[in-house]
Amino acid sequence: MLQIRNLAKSFGGVKATNDVTLDFPDGSLTAVIGPNGAGKSTFFNLITGALKPDSGQVLLDGVDLAGCLPPEIVRHGIGRAFQVASIFKSLTVQETMLAAVSADQRTSAVLHKRFPLPETRDRAEHVMELLGLASKRHRTAATLSHGDQKLLDIALALVLEPKVLLLDEPTAGMGPEERWRMIDKVRELWETQKITVVFIEHDMDIVFKIAPRIVVLCYGRILATGTPDEIRNDSAVIEAYLGTEHAGAAA
Amino acid sequence: MTELEAGCAERLAPARDVAGLHRYRDVLIALIAFAVLASLPLFSSSKSLLDFVIRCSAYGLFATSLNLLVGYTGLTSFGHGMFFGLGAYSFGLIMQKLGVSIPVAFVATLAITAVIAAVIGAICVRLKEIYFAFVTLAFQMLIHSTILSWASFTGGDQGLRGGIPRPAFLGINLADHAHLYVASCALLILGLLAMRQIAQSPFGYTLRMIRDNAARASFLGIDVWRAKLTVFVLAALFASMGGMVMALFVSGAYPEFAYWTISGEGIFINMLGGVSTFLGPMAGTVLLLLLNDTVTRFTDYHGIVLGVVILFFALGLRKGLLDFVAEWFAHRRDAGEGR
Repeated sequence: MLQIRNLAKSFGGVKATNDVTLDFPDGSLTAVIGPNGAGKSTFFNLITGALKPDSGQVLLDGVDLAGCLPPEIVRHGIGRAFQVASIFKSLTVQETMLAAVSADQRTSAVLHKRFPLPETRDRAEHVMELLGLASKRHRTAATLSHGDQKLLDIALALVLEPKVLLLDEPTAGMGPEERWRMIDKVRELWETQKITVVFIEHDMDIVFKIAPRIVVLCYGRILATGTPDEIRNDSAVIEAYLGTEHAGAAA
Repeated sequence: MTELEAGCAERLAPARDVAGLHRYRDVLIALIAFAVLASLPLFSSSKSLLDFVIRCSAYGLFATSLNLLVGYTGLTSFGHGMFFGLGAYSFGLIMQKLGVSIPVAFVATLAITAVIAAVIGAICVRLKEIYFAFVTLAFQMLIHSTILSWASFTGGDQGLRGGIPRPAFLGINLADHAHLYVASCALLILGLLAMRQIAQSPFGYTLRMIRDNAARASFLGIDVWRAKLTVFVLAALFASMGGMVMALFVSGAYPEFAYWTISGEGIFINMLGGVSTFLGPMAGTVLLLLLNDTVTRFTDYHGIVLGVVILFFALGLRKGLLDFVAEWFAHRRDAGEGR
């Protein structure tokens, strides 16, 4: 279980994350929404160690990871994918997967054997199959389509077998159809892999359709948390973020 | 779709052995290359040709080790030549002052290089791009001025004179030109083979990940700083080996070996040969030394000619020689697959 306790981070006078306390139970699927500048990405950066929190705790199964560096946090089981696909452009899909498994198995500093190590193959293969990248295994990452690069980014997080998977806008920059395909994939991964998934998303139709639980951030604070129905009808959320359109649609 | 999947499975199954096969292939190529180089004196008695190969060994080891940093890790060092000079000087000094056997001096020099490279690397590899380049350059100048000013120990601007003693060991007499030639070739081939292994190991792929996207590598649990420091020290060892070959060849060590122009030449060689292939720097070495030797024969202004050639590669082609060869092969392969 991932528990966030009184997490705070300021940039100068701006409180990007302001006293956030949240629980993400094992195996839950949660969407984080909020207007631009609400502190969604900062929230992810604090959890994953990209930023050091000013105060508060990030507890994964009771172990406080706040202030740890990214490699340590990853090893504890929090994986993440990025808003702009963060991949290794000159490696092929298969090399990327194999090298990531190597990193997870702590063989990334081995000098006397040839890459790839045989024990990395099965996991790499499994995740490529899972994300539908197996047929593109010999493609260089830079030559993949935008959507496939996003999938590769998620595959990189997933191949480490995390307990918690944080997805920063998995559908960013995609056309409507591609979006649905991606989000179906995310949901499928969540259902089959039995991991905790937290994702940031801007498309409200997607959020209300697939997320059992929604967290709304605004100016670094939690504005509301709840099921899609509760969020749709929350007056504070409607005023700050949704407008009346979605509220009407719910009724 | 099933056909496609079957094709993939088929391609993957033999892949389990491919990694091992590649290693044997590299060893085989190395053995053939060594056999060819070592039998060269049987076909040509030209001493200048053999001298050329010895110089290629020294510079080739140096330039290829620089490519581990520049091409594989994305660390553009402007001071890599310091380890070339360090190797030449420590080896020369140990042989002159301590009178130990050559293998002992060889290993001791590598140990000294490793310690100094670890200290310098620990300071430098945290820095980003241009800062890394300039701080490595600063350390190079520091070592160069130490050599110049500590005249009582290093001979100052005169260099290590009086020759480096080269006592025979295990039946190898490096004072003999033929022995020195074969030994240089052996060191080159062994060094290249070792660096090839580094480049193709899991660590080699860690370096590629760091080059492409260091932030993402750290989100996979990789300690980027440690990996960079490791490759910095490893590359220094091979540069030092190159320096030792040079010291054995000229039977001395001179401040120019530690001057920044050596680092500059290393960068030029990499630009000429290309950094996207393992043997690019080796091709660049042969090219630069050939150019150097022919151009200096015809004109005193060889710097201008070399400069023009380098500008042509850097601005005109934007690639090194072997980069083109590699692209041509990739193109042919893709065409063959009917894509």
